[in-house]
Amino acid sequence: MGYVLSRDSFTRVLKKIGQSRRIYAPVNKVGEGRFTDVDVVRYDFVTEAPEIELDKKSDYAFKEILTPLSQTLFFFTEDEVKEADMDEREVIIFLRSCDLHAVKRLDAIYLENKFVDPFYKRIRDKVRFALIGCGRSYEDCFCVSMGTNRADGGYLFSVDMIGGKYYFDVKDDELAAIFASEAESEQAVEARYVTENEVKVTIPGNVPVSVYKDPLWEEYTVRCINCGRCNFVCPTCTCFTMQDIFYTDNGRVGERRRVGASCMVDGYTNVAGGGQYRRTNGERMRFKVLHKIHDFRKRFGFDMCVGCGRCDMVCPEYISYANIINKVNDAVEGGAVNG
Amino acid sequence: MARDINTKKLKKNAFRYSKVRGETASRIRIPGGVINAKSMARIAEVAEKYGNGTIFVTNRQGVELPGIALEDMDAVNSMIQSIIDDSGVNQEERDKGYPASGTRNVVACPGSRLCPFGCYDTTELARKMDKMIFPSHLHVKIAFTGCSNDCAKVRMDDFGFIGMTEPQYDPNRCVSCEQCIKYCSIRSVGALSLVNGKVVRDTAKCIGCGVCVAYCPTRAWTRSKEHYFRVVIMGRTGKKNPRLAEDFIKWADEESIFKMVRNAYAYVEEYIDPNALEGKEHIGYIVDRTGFDEFCKWVLKDVNLNEKAEVASRVYWGGRHYDRSNDLM
Ligand code: SF4
Ligand code: SF4
Ligand code: SF4
Ligand code: SF4
Ligand code: SF4
Repeated sequence: MGYVLSRDSFTRVLKKIGQSRRIYAPVNKVGEGRFTDVDVVRYDFVTEAPEIELDKKSDYAFKEILTPLSQTLFFFTEDEVKEADMDEREVIIFLRSCDLHAVKRLDAIYLENKFVDPFYKRIRDKVRFALIGCGRSYEDCFCVSMGTNRADGGYLFSVDMIGGKYYFDVKDDELAAIFASEAESEQAVEARYVTENEVKVTIPGNVPVSVYKDPLWEEYTVRCINCGRCNFVCPTCTCFTMQDIFYTDNGRVGERRRVGASCMVDGYTNVAGGGQYRRTNGERMRFKVLHKIHDFRKRFGFDMCVGCGRCDMVCPEYISYANIINKVNDAVEGGAVNG
Repeated sequence: MARDINTKKLKKNAFRYSKVRGETASRIRIPGGVINAKSMARIAEVAEKYGNGTIFVTNRQGVELPGIALEDMDAVNSMIQSIIDDSGVNQEERDKGYPASGTRNVVACPGSRLCPFGCYDTTELARKMDKMIFPSHLHVKIAFTGCSNDCAKVRMDDFGFIGMTEPQYDPNRCVSCEQCIKYCSIRSVGALSLVNGKVVRDTAKCIGCGVCVAYCPTRAWTRSKEHYFRVVIMGRTGKKNPRLAEDFIKWADEESIFKMVRNAYAYVEEYIDPNALEGKEHIGYIVDRTGFDEFCKWVLKDVNLNEKAEVASRVYWGGRHYDRSNDLM
């Protein structure tokens, strides 16, 4: 069912929905960007409509609730282990189509990759989605190339803000009643989606081993500063590392934490004895890119990258990952032509 | 007609006394060093029409137009009116040029309008400061710089304002990547360390440069909502005792620094040597004479510094005293 609501009535809906649930949405954090007087859009819990940033694309992805940047898994003493408490309420996450497609990638890694990750599962089970329609393509988006520009299902309702009014396509019956009680009017609503992006990529079919040795990667050894920002903003990067923290000198009381990791930063491939598999930034870039558009597909049947473009948007060195995909494709096609 | 020029008036009207007899240079005041392209074009026009076709870019972000005939000063003054309007510099009478030159152009680095490290809008504060203190015949130099890199070289000025931010840490967003620690150590003072997987900031050591914020990949570090300033005072060049400005206050707030400068003018009015040559005595030498405590008493009068601010109990200046010795070490 489609409904049109004012800002205030949308807030009332959120309050009603929020009685038993938490609402997690993109929020424009004033002045919290990297530079002075620069905002950043990242996810947080909200209670009112104006808090939700529906216009700008979020700089950081929704994944922080499913795979927190830093999460205490359990506490331990000498003879006891206690799992960290968690909020048992259902969560509704507001996200765009590319991000909704990213959930499938996270699920693949955490639920379908031989083992089920219990810490992911316990929060994932509580999560539902609300789709934010895309009225325009943003700089750096290439969702159309990745086939993630449109969401068919998998969400409770969609929201589009047009001219100060909010348009909802509500798929869930229980919520439909709440929306209906606040709606200015009922009409057919379809979530907006884009059909073309300025940035286009061509995903190579099979990537031959020769591409691993291609000189195209060398440039990034020099250009990339291995800051990992591209990983931390990515909705599909899932790597983490474990930390055992001891509160006391005797080392018998403490906690186990899981923190986000990046395949670009130093230390990621360190192994005992001081070895490091991927020393240069070019090698790390090769690993990242091929994982996103090739290796993952070999295992799961679809590409990991959803084309949200956040990695391009955040890179301080103006490295375009989208452009790298096209370079890889050229290398593959060139290679094919050259035999 | 005989050439009869009041050189005292000429200087106060922001024209330079030139070694070339019969010539002068027009000194254009550009607070914060930012001017519209239209005014820049006008400057070029004046240089072409009345000057010798060259433009001297000064150390204090003004420009001087040399080679102007003394007879053309009035014409130049009316031609630079649009520049004065544009740069928002206070004036007493239209078409009469600048009413003073003693209080020097207020300098600023590019600051947060351009520079990734800028902790505040230096241009805006330089303009605001110029509005407050100009015109004045008192010889005072003020400069704003966005961060501790001090690209504006504010330590050469009577009052230098160095931008600071108080980094805010959210441990829940920290992934222990240690980039803040690394860059604070390489680019700044090394005030951060990792304890139990989280970052600890040595608040006494931290200079508020914001490098950690710029490098944190997750927004675990963010800037404080408040903009803070390190206030350095009484730096100078010159023949007698050139020296760098020394730290007076750290973590000062904007309102307080403006009040302090206003107070400093009252202090100079009170203590300036009435017999000073051409009525000009640098504030730093006045402080040398009255002592730091008297300066403090005047400058901090009715100033309500924010809670975070720390004021030096003593300030010691170094530099060479050529009036005492010209010997090399
Ligand atoms: S790799 Fe880049 S474009 Fe692809 S999902 Fe991650 S952030 Fe988005
Ligand atoms: S954001 Fe850019 S510079 Fe940083 S690791 Fe990624 S590609 Fe390299
Ligand atoms: S002083 Fe700091 S803010 Fe100003 S230009 Fe230099 S680095 Fe940038
Ligand atoms: S503000 Fe500068 S000095 Fe302070 S912790 Fe950050 S990088 Fe280090
Ligand atoms: S840079 Fe940010 S995420 Fe990395 S250790 Fe420092 S605060 Fe934590």
